[in-house]
Amino acid sequence: MIKAVGGWLDTRLGLAKFARKAMDHVFPDHWSFLFGEIALYAFVILVITGAYLAMFFNGSSAQIVYHGSYHALDGVKMTAAYRSALLLSFDVPAGLLVRQMHHWAALIFLVAILAHAARIFFTGAYRRPREINWLIGLTLLVLAIVNGYLGYSIIGDLLSGVGLRIGYAIALSVPVIGPWLTYTVLGGNIPSASTIPRFYSFHIFLVPALIAALLALHLAIIWRQTHTNFPGPRRTDRTIVGSRLYPTYAAKSVALFFLVAAVVAMLGGLVQIDPIWTYGPFNPIAVIPGAQPDWYLGWIEGAMRLFPGINLHFGRWLIVPEVFFPAVLMPALLFLLLYAYPFLERLFLPADKAHNVLVLPYEQPFNSAFGSAVLMFLLVLLVAGADDVVAVATGASVVTIRFLLRILVFAAPAATAALVYAICVAMRRRRAVSQVLEPLEITPSQTVERQP
Amino acid sequence: MEGEQWSQQKPEEADDALAESASAGGTEQAADGDEEKPAGGVLAIALMVSMLGLQFLKRLVTKPAMEKRRPAIAAQPCPCEEAKQTAPTTPELESETLEIDTDAEVARRRKWGTPLVLLAFAVGMAGGVGFMFLYWTGSGNRLLGGTLALCLGGFGAVLVLYAQWMMRRELVVAPREQMPSSGDEREGALQVYSSGVRDVQRRSLLKWMGAGAGAIFAAITFSLLRSLARVHPAEALFTTVWKRGERLMTTGGKALTVDSLHVGSSMIVFPETSIGSEQTQTVLIRVDPRLLQLPKDRSNWAPMGYVAYSRVCTHAGCAVGMFEAHSNLLLCPCHQSTFDVLRGAVPTGGPAARPLPQLPLYVDKNGNLCAQGGFSSPPGPGFTGMPS
Repeated sequence: MIKAVGGWLDTRLGLAKFARKAMDHVFPDHWSFLFGEIALYAFVILVITGAYLAMFFNGSSAQIVYHGSYHALDGVKMTAAYRSALLLSFDVPAGLLVRQMHHWAALIFLVAILAHAARIFFTGAYRRPREINWLIGLTLLVLAIVNGYLGYSIIGDLLSGVGLRIGYAIALSVPVIGPWLTYTVLGGNIPSASTIPRFYSFHIFLVPALIAALLALHLAIIWRQTHTNFPGPRRTDRTIVGSRLYPTYAAKSVALFFLVAAVVAMLGGLVQIDPIWTYGPFNPIAVIPGAQPDWYLGWIEGAMRLFPGINLHFGRWLIVPEVFFPAVLMPALLFLLLYAYPFLERLFLPADKAHNVLVLPYEQPFNSAFGSAVLMFLLVLLVAGADDVVAVATGASVVTIRFLLRILVFAAPAATAALVYAICVAMRRRRAVSQVLEPLEITPSQTVERQP
Repeated sequence: MEGEQWSQQKPEEADDALAESASAGGTEQAADGDEEKPAGGVLAIALMVSMLGLQFLKRLVTKPAMEKRRPAIAAQPCPCEEAKQTAPTTPELESETLEIDTDAEVARRRKWGTPLVLLAFAVGMAGGVGFMFLYWTGSGNRLLGGTLALCLGGFGAVLVLYAQWMMRRELVVAPREQMPSSGDEREGALQVYSSGVRDVQRRSLLKWMGAGAGAIFAAITFSLLRSLARVHPAEALFTTVWKRGERLMTTGGKALTVDSLHVGSSMIVFPETSIGSEQTQTVLIRVDPRLLQLPKDRSNWAPMGYVAYSRVCTHAGCAVGMFEAHSNLLLCPCHQSTFDVLRGAVPTGGPAARPLPQLPLYVDKNGNLCAQGGFSSPPGPGFTGMPS
């Protein structure tokens, strides 16, 4: 059977040569290499569940009256989009399950991308020759965040409406081009009839297509360059150690897909997420105290809360609104810094050679300190994004909490960087000392590394 | 010598491989518990953490078994030699296969692996059958999700167990293809490129035509994009429906009179023609007129202590939905900006930088509250060119 089909294909495509090489492709075995795979499989699950949801969802802003099995909203006027989201949640068998799986898969997608990026950063895997994949990976992170935002904005409940309204203010705040940019994308002022249909088309077509294309490129490049290896015996810049794609690695990888899907199904079934019926349809005059975006946008929300009311004027004309600095400039600078990091680093590191063996975090104190500081910065901002909730929980006033967070947002990353730097240096020294003191205890890695 | 080093390394390698799939398998258990949405991120991170924890546990559990096996492999003269015989590699790939498992080990594992695999498969099938039954009997979300998870998890476990128990574990060293081409290859590519360029006549003409085509495509794209803005921003951003003589209406469409509010109370009001609209929503508050400290040019904007402000936050455009009567502050629930009602709604706290636009009021001859004109500045979040 394989012989017949394979032969047919080989006659036309010369497949055997590629298949022979592909099945022998070596993949390193390390748990931290799974984050990227989890992200990939979360994306596959997003596409499958999303395609199913699209069969029922109606991305339209047309106002209609809801009559359905959720009686609390019976007779309420709402967008067709919100009505279809309610229908698929209450009246389509397993519709709610698929919708919650979709949302959970999105969160797992983003967590996995973040964990993957952190692993890449802290082990120096972004260095030559893998800078291109670092750039593509960061772009995928941005696209995933954007698509998450688009996804919960199109539902049309009050929570998504508030998010949409803040997004509008952020886009409008861009100096000079802001108003035209906003009106070009949204079609008009919020709530514009064009917004939901456009966001729906971005969410299910434009952004996923970009993600899929970049993902394919990302995988093709890592296939071409092969993976990095953690340091160990026989692992050099010219060799790769691990198991071959076929059959073990392939079996494990397909297993991982099933297991990620199982976790998503379990979460989608048992753990409620985004109960869209709670607040009712978007209403421009209604407000929700204590509302937060999904966590992957919480850091921008936090920055908007912490940034003081400073804007740039020219006479009585506003030039740069206050929202621009925390919500556009800060994220832009942060990502610019991350994009540029491999190239900035080159200015300070001497030799430019291929890095195929990873560097352990403690062996590069500056790198580790910088990465932890960035993560701590984001964490403080994430907490700040829910400072009103923190205030209620702790009994302190929002003013006090905000004052503390304004200090912490700079102090905590600085302290983290210093601490991580010190720990790395200490670990490196301890390791060096132990190597000096025990010269006779030769570990396998040392002997092998000396081989030509 | 080399083989011996490898044999010492191997148990760890196998451990990693074992633990890797175990960690993936373990994530299911971590999923339970949390019920609230904001905890989603935390939960997902907890998933990752628990994966690490489980991998550590698995390592603890599997280590003794692996150590028992170690001498057996180390006793062999050179496992890689044997590996070359069982799984020969082609010379052009120059990779070395370093088997971990002897045939005896594979056979031993198979004995235990078979029932385990069958058990996992049974769980998967049971989950699938359960899902089908629950689906067609119209069951709820939780059971559907649980059974689907069992089904997918069972099949995932089958594959993990297969990879770990029913396949020969191996470790391979392969050479990496070095990315840079040789100097000759680069030269060759450049030469082909240059000779191709030389073969093209009138290259500058081609460049000019390319630039022209690019420009016209850019213009077309720009035109198409221009149509996406259905409303001219300037029109929408600068105008509201409020004008002189417009009565203040409730959300229910009732005109308000001078007796409508007590001191210290507030109400959402609209112009008659756009009740419920985003941009024109206004908050009407009655305060003690003696407390008012409005700017001089606004002294006649607040008849009998009635003040009206745009209800759209100047920071990020949320509805400024809360009024605290004892402190006379308006509060935006999105980012906690506060505005002083007595002093023309200037921001007193939070991230907002600009006051809420004020709507000048007067009382007409029927005792109705009316607008003297539009807002003191365009309502809503800021943009370049916004007058204040």
